[in-house]
Amino acid sequence: MTRISYREALRLALQDGLRREPRAFLMGEDVGRYGGSYAISKGLLEEFGAERVRDAPLSELTFVGAGIGAALGGLRPIVEVMTVNFSLLALDQIVNTAALFRHMSGGQLSVPLVIRMATGAGRQLAAQHSHSFEGWYAHIPGIRIVAPATIEDARGMLWSALQDPDTVLVFEHAQLYNMEGECPDTVAVDIASAKLRRAGTQLSIITYGGCLPKALEAAEQLAAEGIEAEVLDLRVLRPLDTASILATVRKTRRALVVDEGWRSGSLAAEVMARIVEGAFYELDAPPARVCSAEVPMPYAKHLEDAALPQPATIAAAAKRLL
Amino acid sequence: MSEPRASGIAHPAPPPPSGPVPYGRELALRLLQDMLRIRRLEEKSAELYGAGKIRGFLHLYIGEEAVAAGAMRVFAPEDNIVATYREHGQALLRGVTMGAIMAEMYGKREGCSRGRGGSMHLFDAATRFFGGNAIVGGGLPLAAGLALAAKLQGEPRVTACFFGDGATAEGAFHESMNLAALWKLPVLFLCENNLYAMGTAIERAESQTDLCVKAAAYAMPAQKVDGMDVVAVHEAVKAACARVRAGGGPAFLELCTYRFRAHSMFDAELYRDKAEVEQWKTRGPIHTFSARLKAQGLLTEEEFLAIDARVLEEVRAAVEFAEAGTWEPVEDLEKDVYTSAP
Repeated sequence: MTRISYREALRLALQDGLRREPRAFLMGEDVGRYGGSYAISKGLLEEFGAERVRDAPLSELTFVGAGIGAALGGLRPIVEVMTVNFSLLALDQIVNTAALFRHMSGGQLSVPLVIRMATGAGRQLAAQHSHSFEGWYAHIPGIRIVAPATIEDARGMLWSALQDPDTVLVFEHAQLYNMEGECPDTVAVDIASAKLRRAGTQLSIITYGGCLPKALEAAEQLAAEGIEAEVLDLRVLRPLDTASILATVRKTRRALVVDEGWRSGSLAAEVMARIVEGAFYELDAPPARVCSAEVPMPYAKHLEDAALPQPATIAAAAKRLL
Repeated sequence: MSEPRASGIAHPAPPPPSGPVPYGRELALRLLQDMLRIRRLEEKSAELYGAGKIRGFLHLYIGEEAVAAGAMRVFAPEDNIVATYREHGQALLRGVTMGAIMAEMYGKREGCSRGRGGSMHLFDAATRFFGGNAIVGGGLPLAAGLALAAKLQGEPRVTACFFGDGATAEGAFHESMNLAALWKLPVLFLCENNLYAMGTAIERAESQTDLCVKAAAYAMPAQKVDGMDVVAVHEAVKAACARVRAGGGPAFLELCTYRFRAHSMFDAELYRDKAEVEQWKTRGPIHTFSARLKAQGLLTEEEFLAIDARVLEEVRAAVEFAEAGTWEPVEDLEKDVYTSAP
């Protein structure tokens, strides 16, 4: 066990991936000389050289598409998109090519590509750098969506993604980069299942990504008041681990879904639908959710705080369920 | 490109190609046969569309055959091909069988994409034929990536990327041209300029109608080629491909051609004069090439008819193959969404 930051865990994962997988290379805006806009790839250019740590021009559509082409050509590209809002410039290649090729070609062509990007709000970056579109991406069949929310997952998910024969999108919540925690010396995590992060009996808080620490903090507050909440980290947003969702809900009989996406048409809505479809008669209360306010993310700190799920709002929603 | 409409023709056809064909009989007749195979396959496809056997969108290449025929003979088996939704010709000449193409258009399991793609999404991993892309400009980033993989792996592959004049208005075109030139990627960009982006004439869509100027802006060698002349296409592609293969970075060819048929089967062709279409038809790539071969004694009418009969027999067999094909079981609907079942 070593105490490291989420940022360091991601950097170690990239370094390890590039060392162990000779077909892997990193490509994106400012990943090389600059060291990554969030300093995730600092030092990698020096170790692996400019061919494998490749600075790309500001052409999201084409460097993501080139990642797809390079994957089809036999490599294992890791493409970094600076932030989720910019990934919309590459949406065509992700949705119309990476996600479709396997099926559209009758099973002939898989796209083993990893796309990483920062997501989420909380640092006063305002509306064009702060949104959470991972729920949108989770709508698309043909790609796998993961959201590491712990040091161990930040360290381990990339390697699992590199082994996946299909495209994996990794959403790193920008608020987590400075989070510190213990990292096991050897990490091997799956990218298929949800994981319980706290055991409880009275309700299940189901969340992922940047909301996990907030949900755990809310669970602590609730525990102080004698309420035992279970916290499930979805980890993988597509395909959803429905069995784990239903298992925790069947145990506690109450479900609160916490999602930084906007409420309407959110991933939270999908999780709630699955709970209702799969465990309706085992519920003791209607499922509830805490999502972001349906506004473009404001700049001012007090407004941004108010727009996002917070430990206090999560705890309050939990109490309303009981 | 935008000559005055004095003749009533907005986009006059170039003079028909003339002069001796600089090839021996074997290559000359192969090029002719390649063009005929595309033409006859597509004529039959149009007929079968009318009969309801083929559905969805069907975009015919008729009139443009010299481009695919002249180009496809140049590439080696290890090269990558990326094409558009008007790709029957490229797929066929790459080596996808006519039967597999026809079966795909029928939606049958024996199709080259198991009936999941249709006319616009022909794929063949075995011959490195990467589609069949129905997003205009969508193939260019992919081609840049395939070329990047070849370069990083030290493989001598060239990636040939076909796209239309319409794609040059897409951001993907500009980003990909820049990236390919910046990284000196082994891509050959083959722009099939048929003067219309669906129904929008090039001068109504492009502030700069000389497409080679666009390529030159990315510091890439560019050449305008008579795409109605299979010889001109073959020679230009051969030279450009050799340069790309030798490590000279990407190259761009503008292949000036014309689509004789409607954009798709749903197009009433309200946007162009019949006289223009008729003029271009008189410069058709198959009969002008046949005429040249006959003039220099490389081909007789009997030989032409014999080649055509062989091709028509291939078409007949392809239809028979497609008719005899089977339907993918509905239970397999969700198969191959992921490589491993989720």
